[in-house]
Amino acid sequence: MAEDSGKSKGAKLLNKFLREMLLIRRFEEKSSKMYGLRKIGGFCHLYIGQEASAVGSIAALDLKKDYVLTAYRDHGHALACGMDPRVLMAELYGKSTGCSRGKGGSMHFFDAEKHFLGGNGIVGAHIPIATGVGLKIVTKDEDGVVLCYFGDGAIHQGSFHESLNMAKIWNLPVVYICENNQYGMGTEFKRVSAVDDFSVMGASYGIEGKQVNGMDVLEVYGELSKTVEKTRREKIPSFIEVRTYRYKGHSMSDPAKYRSKEELESYKEQDPILILKALMIERKMLTEEGYKKLDKELRSICDEAVKFAEESPEPELETLYEDVLV
Amino acid sequence: MAIVTVREALRQAMDEEMDRDENVILLGEEVAQYNGAYKVSQGLLDKYGPKRVIDTPISEEGFTGIGIGAALVGLRPIIEWMTLNFSIQAMDQVFSNAAKMRYMSGGQFSCPAVFRGPNGPAEYLSSQHSQALQAMYAHMPGLKMMAPSTAYDAKGMLKTAIRDDNPVIYLESELMYALKGEIPSEEYLIPFGEAAVRRQGKDVTIVSYSKPMRTVEAAAKHLENMGVDAEVIDLRSIRPLDEQAVYRSVQKTNCCVIVDEAWPFASVGSHVAWLVSKNCFDWLDAPVELVSGEDVPMPYNHKLELAAQPSVEKIIAAVKNVMYME
Repeated sequence: MAEDSGKSKGAKLLNKFLREMLLIRRFEEKSSKMYGLRKIGGFCHLYIGQEASAVGSIAALDLKKDYVLTAYRDHGHALACGMDPRVLMAELYGKSTGCSRGKGGSMHFFDAEKHFLGGNGIVGAHIPIATGVGLKIVTKDEDGVVLCYFGDGAIHQGSFHESLNMAKIWNLPVVYICENNQYGMGTEFKRVSAVDDFSVMGASYGIEGKQVNGMDVLEVYGELSKTVEKTRREKIPSFIEVRTYRYKGHSMSDPAKYRSKEELESYKEQDPILILKALMIERKMLTEEGYKKLDKELRSICDEAVKFAEESPEPELETLYEDVLV
Repeated sequence: MAIVTVREALRQAMDEEMDRDENVILLGEEVAQYNGAYKVSQGLLDKYGPKRVIDTPISEEGFTGIGIGAALVGLRPIIEWMTLNFSIQAMDQVFSNAAKMRYMSGGQFSCPAVFRGPNGPAEYLSSQHSQALQAMYAHMPGLKMMAPSTAYDAKGMLKTAIRDDNPVIYLESELMYALKGEIPSEEYLIPFGEAAVRRQGKDVTIVSYSKPMRTVEAAAKHLENMGVDAEVIDLRSIRPLDEQAVYRSVQKTNCCVIVDEAWPFASVGSHVAWLVSKNCFDWLDAPVELVSGEDVPMPYNHKLELAAQPSVEKIIAAVKNVMYME
């Protein structure tokens, strides 16, 4: 476990990481349960196993001036941006109190105030959008940075390559983050990629790339803090491959039979939450009892989110015709 | 009043709006240093500089998405497609992002972007470079569409499009850029959803828009010599559509011919023909006629390409049909 930056930030930061990662884990478990009970429909992509990626990187931002965009596996990023679990669960339920008024669902969480621009369901389609947010920052001489997350599947889309090229020629402050969870739906990334090491993917565009261990929240935070700071200071695009793993299938309908039990178990042994917990206990920042208390509190927040969603009203029928145009 | 070309009218509209609002930027292929593939952006780089008049690589999906992203966070980009033919590369960005972002986000984000460029058949260009693609874009809720046919409209409508808070598809025509017309020296705007009656008449209603308006006006002159008094309506705004202007005319003339240079299947023309058939059924003396492009890709040979498009002869034949002449 990388300790260099994490150690100095002290207990407060580690507590924040543990809390946010565990909240995402419990929220996703609850989502899965409610999906099984048919309270939630459609496509639902869980972030379990990948928590350190969103938590460790978004912690490096100032969301008053920075922006976050991601794809359809967006629950974790939304929570890491500080969105209310109740409003997110209500969105999963399609209720009027949801962040997108029940019109977006699992794949389309948005929060204008928190600079969270979704939540995009088309693989790679948000990469140019994120780049355009970077163009706005430069055009208006602002100080912000954009974090653009996408998966190992999206990296072969033209939108990724076109975006990196323009981000470089126009010096846009965008950090492109490939969350490589190793499977594009059911396809192992090595089977469909000319290179195994994605950190070289920015090289054609003169963009430096790095690879970080996405199961280690301190390593993610340490690397992203440096990258975000450099991106902000030098107004240049950056590229990071976060090596991570999803414990569940691609979506709720995927039993994930394309990978071995042994592989899944080997990643669960590197679980980002348990590793951080062990470290914090070792450093006497946390006790087993304290962890249980935190877990109980977060489970109750997720129960509360479900209660809020259950009790929220359905959207009125006339809202069908609202929000099409300004 | 001054006499200017459509090209100059469009340039003036962009110039005035860029002068008025620093959030307006122009990006596209060859728009800056080359002064525009069709010279529509002549002089804008010199006046507004490279931060607001931006040459892009040939990456339609990328720069269209970048414009959309910038629009979501406060800029008002004009995205120039060298021709609509190349916008096919960018359709995912327009369809999946520009048209849907407001809806999916429950009204949190809007996309004040204009997508403009020449559409429709030109000359000697064969199938990939000579086609009318408006039906693709007109099909989708969440987009507005304008298609001027005169220099006066070109300026007043583009200014309106730039000021609108919604994504607007703005259709020009290669063969119209040199067309001349009068424009006033004082500022004027032409609103969405207002068709123009180009010729008052009592015998037959002919409805069209964009470049075929010239063919329609020539046909109306021929009809006049034949003793037929045609009323000619220029739709101008396709989305929203001024249905009432068409109905008022048809209720007077009792017969209707639609002229649309696009293919007949599921087109703007076929949609208007359906609207008239449905809403003016009790006034119609004959089935509505549609003069469209032939249902074939565009050939290179000049005789064949002319035969593929609406012509004065085809329009007169359609008028004779609806008036039961001969």
